[in-house]
Amino acid sequence: MTKTRRPGISRRSTLALMGAGAMSVAAPWVARAQAKTIKIGMPTILSGRVAQLGTSSRNAVMLEVEKVNGAGGLAGRQIEMVIRDSKGQPQEAARVARELVNTDGCELLLDGEASSGSFAVHEVARDLGVLCIHTCSEASSLTADPKQRIPNAFRCVRQGIHDSIVGGSYAASIAKAKGLKKWATCSPDYAYGRDTTGEFTLYLKRFAPDIEIISESWPKLFQADYTEVVTKILQAKPQALYSCLWGGDLTSYIDQANIYAMFSQMEVFAVNMADYTALTVVKNLPKGIHSGNRYIKTFPTTPENAAWGDAYKAKYNEYPTNWSWQNATAVMFLAEAAKKANSADGKKIAEVLKGLTIKCPFGADGTVTMRGDDHTLVGYAIGWGTTIPQEPYVPEVKAGDWKTIFELEAEWKKSKGYT
Amino acid sequence: MTQTTSGLIIGMLLFLVAVGLTLIFGVLKVVNFSHGAFYMFGAYFAMTTYQLTESFALAMLAGAAGTAILGLVFERVFMSRVYGADVLMQLLVCYAFVLIFDDVVRIIWGPEFKAMGMPAAFQVMPLFIAGGVVPPYYLLLIGVALVAAIVLGLGLSRSRIGKVIRAAAHNPGMVSALGINTGLIYGGVFALGGMLAGLAGALAAPVRSLTPGMGFSVLIESFIVTVIGGMGSILGALIGALLLGLIRSFGSQGFPLFVEGLMYLFMVIVLVSKPTGLFGKEAA
Repeated sequence: MTKTRRPGISRRSTLALMGAGAMSVAAPWVARAQAKTIKIGMPTILSGRVAQLGTSSRNAVMLEVEKVNGAGGLAGRQIEMVIRDSKGQPQEAARVARELVNTDGCELLLDGEASSGSFAVHEVARDLGVLCIHTCSEASSLTADPKQRIPNAFRCVRQGIHDSIVGGSYAASIAKAKGLKKWATCSPDYAYGRDTTGEFTLYLKRFAPDIEIISESWPKLFQADYTEVVTKILQAKPQALYSCLWGGDLTSYIDQANIYAMFSQMEVFAVNMADYTALTVVKNLPKGIHSGNRYIKTFPTTPENAAWGDAYKAKYNEYPTNWSWQNATAVMFLAEAAKKANSADGKKIAEVLKGLTIKCPFGADGTVTMRGDDHTLVGYAIGWGTTIPQEPYVPEVKAGDWKTIFELEAEWKKSKGYT
Repeated sequence: MTQTTSGLIIGMLLFLVAVGLTLIFGVLKVVNFSHGAFYMFGAYFAMTTYQLTESFALAMLAGAAGTAILGLVFERVFMSRVYGADVLMQLLVCYAFVLIFDDVVRIIWGPEFKAMGMPAAFQVMPLFIAGGVVPPYYLLLIGVALVAAIVLGLGLSRSRIGKVIRAAAHNPGMVSALGINTGLIYGGVFALGGMLAGLAGALAAPVRSLTPGMGFSVLIESFIVTVIGGMGSILGALIGALLLGLIRSFGSQGFPLFVEGLMYLFMVIVLVSKPTGLFGKEAA
């Protein structure tokens, strides 16, 4: 008797279906790869004390995405951003990132998290294999440490070690010229404050070996009253002060130090001063505070940078932040890489991104590069200058020298055992 | 000497916040967890008034009066309903309002930090008094706090209204039976407490950045002050605040990595040796 096939689903097609199902569970973006629009997921900090930075990241991304979509999209596919609040909590950032890929169908990730969160998102990217560009974390180890490296993650952010080298060399040149030998430091008491201060003083002493740190203060993050810190520093009578306080903490500190006339008694080097969020808030900004550039539309002094800063302000009625330019640059990289790869596929874009140089308003020479060997941004405009209380706030910025940065960075990586 | 004056400065501002907290507890027996929000509102009211009028005096007045009204409304509409309730219930209502008030500030003034700026009159060189450095603005701050301490201390112990308040704290039923409106007294005390926190916020506004949630860290320190000084004692709040200021000031010199720890350690020592605080009274 000949067996006839029973109606319904055959074993073979059941297996095929199960296989496809398993594939879409394991790699869901593959199933949606042919969708017309491409969803890009972005966890960032939209509530809490640093919400302003997350909002400025979202604004910059949307500004650039509009341009990319206007020019035809990512390899012909319109970008749809899915931006979610992580509240600045690492575990929430990781959860949101996973959900964006697995549930919302995002094929690429922009990680708009601060350092703590970005390491968590990095692990999600490692697990899911989805292309992820970190756009806010400045922690050097994120890309410098080979243990962190994965083929599908890149960092489009300034880096702590670069800032320290440029800051140390700039401060040492001022110290030599003005004979500033006794230094004090005052930085927030958490990983960023301690690491950044340590690296800054390391390079300061390297370029000017006779410098002595005579007083250290570590106020806690978000401290309200700095009176005891200010008076302690005044009593130590240093010739110069370094601080990496930032945001509202820095503006509080300046207001409180101002009434003790601190700024007339020593040279102050505050790496995070030249950011519009702080510059526009302080009402009595002392003249002559030395600061690194965060984002300032007058450095680099190019029409492209000024135009970008003005376009942002026209759209959002405030100036961009340091996080803004980094996020904008990430979208520029994605657009250029997709064009070169002629595809919006994450793997193909990742291949092209390695070592890619693009034209960019924030480049030291009009271009920035995604360095191939450690997937991190180099060639961006980096420098230090002194403040004045009104626009342009930092009229002259002395640019850092990328040749020196590369040499000392290589040395630093060796000393850390990274190479 | 500079560290002593710096301790005084820290302590006096802390006193202004803590005294309102201790006053409310002393009379109403409510641990007002939302007290920090009044400090925050005081600062924001002062900043806005200063931006509109450029008058420092009006800014301070707006900070104090605005929070007094807010305190009165808050007490009459919400807190008065939970006086007889469980302590946990009171805490939950207060905590809910901490979150609500933070969001209200975020909606009205935005999530980013703001600064009021120091009035031109105080942008002068600091004074050197007995070897210590004191900015003139902080002299004003110390003066206001001292006046508040004296007026409150004498007012509560000597004046008729002070006696009524103390009586209401001791036996509200009896006071009510004597024909005195205890609801009005409770509302008035809450408004006074809120006003003191608001005044502290307004005085802090020129030297501290303003953010939603700024009241929380101040609230924690105020609790330490009231626990050290004794819940409900105004003299205790003053001594507690000054001690805490001095610990912060000298601790940052001697034990820079353990300043916070020192404050809590001191609180633990006081609690172990005198559980009611330095000037607290044993529960009846």
